[in-house]
Amino acid sequence: MKEIILKTESITKHFHDPVEFKVLDEISFEVYKGEFLTVIGKSGCGKSTLLYILSTMDTEFDGELFIDNQNISRWKQDKLAAIRNEKIGFVFQFHYLLGEFTCLKNVMIPALRLGKLPYDVIEEKAYQKLELLGLKDQALKPSSKLSGGQQQRVAIARALINDPLIIMGDEPTGNLDSMNTQNIFSIFKELTQEFGQTIIAVTHDQDFAKASDRTIEMQDGKIINQNYKFI
Amino acid sequence: MFVKKHPVNGEVAYTYIVSNKKLTMVAALGVTLGIAVFIFMNSMLAGFDKSSSEAFFKSIPHIRIYKDDEISKPIVNQSGKNIPVIVNPKVVPSNNTIVNPKQVIQLLKNQSDVVLVTPQLTVGIFYNNAKTQISGRAIGILPEEANQMFNMESYVVEGNVNNLKNNINGILLGSGVAAKMNVREGDNISITSSVGMTKVMKVIGVFQTNNSVVDKTTAYVNIAFAQQLMKKNSSYITDINVNIKDYNKAKAYAPELAQLTNYKAEDWESANETYMAATRMRAIIIRFVSISILLVAGFGIYNILNMTVMQKINDIAILKAIGFNGRDVIRIFVSQALIIGLIGIVFGVLFASIMVAVLQNYYVGGDIGYFPIYFKLSNFLKGIFFGFAVTFLAGFIPARKAANIDPVSIFRK
Repeated sequence: MKEIILKTESITKHFHDPVEFKVLDEISFEVYKGEFLTVIGKSGCGKSTLLYILSTMDTEFDGELFIDNQNISRWKQDKLAAIRNEKIGFVFQFHYLLGEFTCLKNVMIPALRLGKLPYDVIEEKAYQKLELLGLKDQALKPSSKLSGGQQQRVAIARALINDPLIIMGDEPTGNLDSMNTQNIFSIFKELTQEFGQTIIAVTHDQDFAKASDRTIEMQDGKIINQNYKFI
Repeated sequence: MFVKKHPVNGEVAYTYIVSNKKLTMVAALGVTLGIAVFIFMNSMLAGFDKSSSEAFFKSIPHIRIYKDDEISKPIVNQSGKNIPVIVNPKVVPSNNTIVNPKQVIQLLKNQSDVVLVTPQLTVGIFYNNAKTQISGRAIGILPEEANQMFNMESYVVEGNVNNLKNNINGILLGSGVAAKMNVREGDNISITSSVGMTKVMKVIGVFQTNNSVVDKTTAYVNIAFAQQLMKKNSSYITDINVNIKDYNKAKAYAPELAQLTNYKAEDWESANETYMAATRMRAIIIRFVSISILLVAGFGIYNILNMTVMQKINDIAILKAIGFNGRDVIRIFVSQALIIGLIGIVFGVLFASIMVAVLQNYYVGGDIGYFPIYFKLSNFLKGIFFGFAVTFLAGFIPARKAANIDPVSIFRK
């Protein structure tokens, strides 16, 4: 029996500006613990919007969202922030890091916010995550001095620091060369298989999607295929 | 297991401050100037008040007790009747003397808030110089006590006030009188009292208060001698001067003394109402200006923090995405404001202290002497308090705006 970690029930969302537009239409699906899920679809099909809703940042939608068996659809912002901090890790497209902090600090900040571990343990853990992504030597550089690909990897390290239940990514490998993409991919695989963490990634990268456990295909705000088969 | 939570909000605020040193310094400089001017102006106000009240207390006591003139009252009660009553109220002819002054003085001295009590008797006199007569007044005092109360030594320019005590015939002349009569210490002078008693006195000193009316008319003599000039016995006393611990409380305390002694007790503020009104006006103006300057400094911080929030809008979105809530964001920017405020306040206090210290030693001359400004702890505390209040507000408003930023709208751009 597979354990459900995230579930949506008929999530619908409208954009009101500039014209009334239904961006998500009755989205219902389930994500299982330890699953590596990718979402594909053409630009404008609503997959990023869906990800923002799943990430709890966008609260203006109709329908129900369950994370870790809790219906969080109408939770207050502060409570959602705590959920994001503890249970969800993010890798967003283009917006990665706090430029005035070192890479190490960037990785440490979510754990410092959570405050469950002493400072030196967090620091040690942050070094481990950076090493995992091949950035240990960059740890003490200001993050604004890094290349786009490196910044993206630091963002991934940051997403992992609190050992979240779910890691969400909007084009998490979008800026990376094939070798690093491969590396990230194997890290994600390991996280899902060995540590039971769940990954939901929106991607355009066919190869990346193909190698994931399951792929959802979206079109015009609807899920058209819950289990996309690559040809 | 309890883990000490690392102050991550503070650390973020600190990093923003350190990485934007220039902006921080500009904002802090605004606070510095605001605080410095605020403290400086209030110190000056305190100095003005102190110096002018000191000038006052050279010639008047905190509270003066005397017998007021009484107006005659009609014998027939006219209320409620239709009978026309013709009344002609007049001042009751009576002595303005205080009955049994020794007992009254002793009673006053026993009050816990009373510091000094001394009797006084003022006599109208003429200074005689050959055929000319100049009118004036002789104030009979107990030299030792009066010197304590009015600090007479500080304005005696020739001779010594203590010599008055040793010489019953001594007189301490105002500088204007001395000049007109062409006398100096050691000379003799003839005076005639309003009741026609003429005496030759020895000038034992000259004083100068820089109040020309006082200097041109007044002389101090022993109280016993003043009684002789009035042809009265040694219990004839018209005024009792009282100094209390805190002269600012004179107004509240005077009625108590009036009730205690059954005589009129007039505090120095009521006796100089015009001057007090001017003082109050000056206080209002200075407070208004100094608070305006603080507000301007506050707007400076507000502006800069507003700009910082705009610049950091991306960072705020990221922080919110990784689990910082609205309160955390407010704390970050408010602590940033308070750190700026703290830097500004430290330098502002330092700057104000230097200005006060320098001006304190600046001699302006004349009646004033050194520039009337002095260190008053409450002014510094007020400055620090208002400084923090203004920076807190100036930080809170942009911080609240930052807290309400919707991260999705930023990420979508």
